[in-house]
Amino acid sequence: MDLIAEGLRHAFALIVRGDPQVMEIMWLSLRVSGLATLLALLAGVPLGLGLGLVRFPGRRLLMAAVNTGMGLPPVAVGLLVSIALWRSGPLGFLELIYTPAAIVLAQFIIALPVVAGLTAAALQQLDPRLRLQLLGLGASRWQVVRLLLREARRSVLAAVMAGFGAVISEVGASMMVGGNILHYTRTLTTATVLETGKGNFDLAIALSVLLLALTFTITMALTVLQQRGGDA
Amino acid sequence: MWWSRSANRVPDWRRVSWWLGLLLAGTGWPAAPGPLRAQAARDVILATTTSTQDTGLLDALVPGFERQCGCRVKVIAVGTGQALALGARGEADVVLVHAPELEKRYLAEGAFRNRRLVMSNDFVLVGPPDDPIALRQAGTLGDAMRRLGEGRAIFVSRGDSSGTHLLELRLWREAGVTPAGTWYLQAGQGMGATLRIASEKGGYTLTDRGTFLALRAGLRLAVLFQDAPALLNVYHVMEVNPDRHPRVHAEGGRAFAEYLVSPEVQERIASFGTERFGQPLFRPRAGEPEPE
Repeated sequence: MDLIAEGLRHAFALIVRGDPQVMEIMWLSLRVSGLATLLALLAGVPLGLGLGLVRFPGRRLLMAAVNTGMGLPPVAVGLLVSIALWRSGPLGFLELIYTPAAIVLAQFIIALPVVAGLTAAALQQLDPRLRLQLLGLGASRWQVVRLLLREARRSVLAAVMAGFGAVISEVGASMMVGGNILHYTRTLTTATVLETGKGNFDLAIALSVLLLALTFTITMALTVLQQRGGDA
Repeated sequence: MWWSRSANRVPDWRRVSWWLGLLLAGTGWPAAPGPLRAQAARDVILATTTSTQDTGLLDALVPGFERQCGCRVKVIAVGTGQALALGARGEADVVLVHAPELEKRYLAEGAFRNRRLVMSNDFVLVGPPDDPIALRQAGTLGDAMRRLGEGRAIFVSRGDSSGTHLLELRLWREAGVTPAGTWYLQAGQGMGATLRIASEKGGYTLTDRGTFLALRAGLRLAVLFQDAPALLNVYHVMEVNPDRHPRVHAEGGRAFAEYLVSPEVQERIASFGTERFGQPLFRPRAGEPEPE
């Protein structure tokens, strides 16, 4: 218990003091996971729209694949992305392995099925008559899509939160494709693993507290966003 | 109609996406200066063992090289087995490792070149300070391994094909012991984590002295056997052979290897750890004849 109390005290001191190394690591985590989530949003919402609204052969199979993907093990993604990005791999010429961009790519793959799957589910939950009514009133296809998305926006935001939560807390893929390089690809989770290995438990606890605080702040902001905008 | 009520207002979705965009832009995208962009000078990838990172040695040595070359050194700290495998596949430019037998095998295959001695420390057997199996009384290393092999106490193995793990397997073999059973735990993790497990379980383990000294404060472990010739722990630097892998950054790998064996760095290795641990963790050995 002393350890936890000591760790929390140390964590608090590091945060209040704005320890440059800790801030740098937090900032990188935020940027990498924020960017991965944004990309997953941009790609996942259209994919979710397609899955949720369009009928095409193989849709159920794809839906099942996306739903399975929501539980994609980060280490498996990490391994896959590593193999692809290694110098000897098919994308080796990009020289992306052990860079923040590699982490963004892996996290994007992890977050994409979460955003797409939850978006599709949200759209399917809307009353199907709404769509018919919109079409009946002469709305164009894009107007329909926009209005349906607007109806489902809370669920879409929930999907974004779930995606962000999945990637900011993920360690396996970041470690494998990023390499946990100081000042470069060391994120809150990989730094926590490293400092625990080094026996610097107070610093490891500080990093965990920061991770939690960061996730809470972002999720809080998204929740505020989700809960406003009237009674629609 | 129920849906037209809100449709008459400013579209909420647009507002939501605006806020969302602002939020994510606030996280540094798309400006993304610094780390997200590649640097001018090409990065050097160093694959190495966990002990050089867990002791903090690399944190002390690498920045000097980065200033000198104007590049970044990407340190990938894994077990020696994995470091050598990464190097042999051309995924790294230079390796700093400690598994002489395995290194020579890779060298003979032509995966690496310019194997140079950098430094050494030694391995020690550690265990609970009250030493229930009286390892302290062991006369020889073989005797110590056989005592451990009786299985009366837990032994925590690295189990990760690291240099330490390879040495441990050799010691068992030479002592005629087959390590198996409920007493033999394979951690599959780095040295720091393995020491921690041994400490928590009241078990024994083999460790390099440097990592042990660096972590000693938080461990309920003591050095119980040391000073056998077979326990010498030597670190070599090798450059990845660029003839096989066109993408290898050969000059960078060579420059880093030369940096490690340069007199000034050797001096820093000699004094590293004195301040924090009361004794140096490594002995510089560049240019010395190969210890056997």
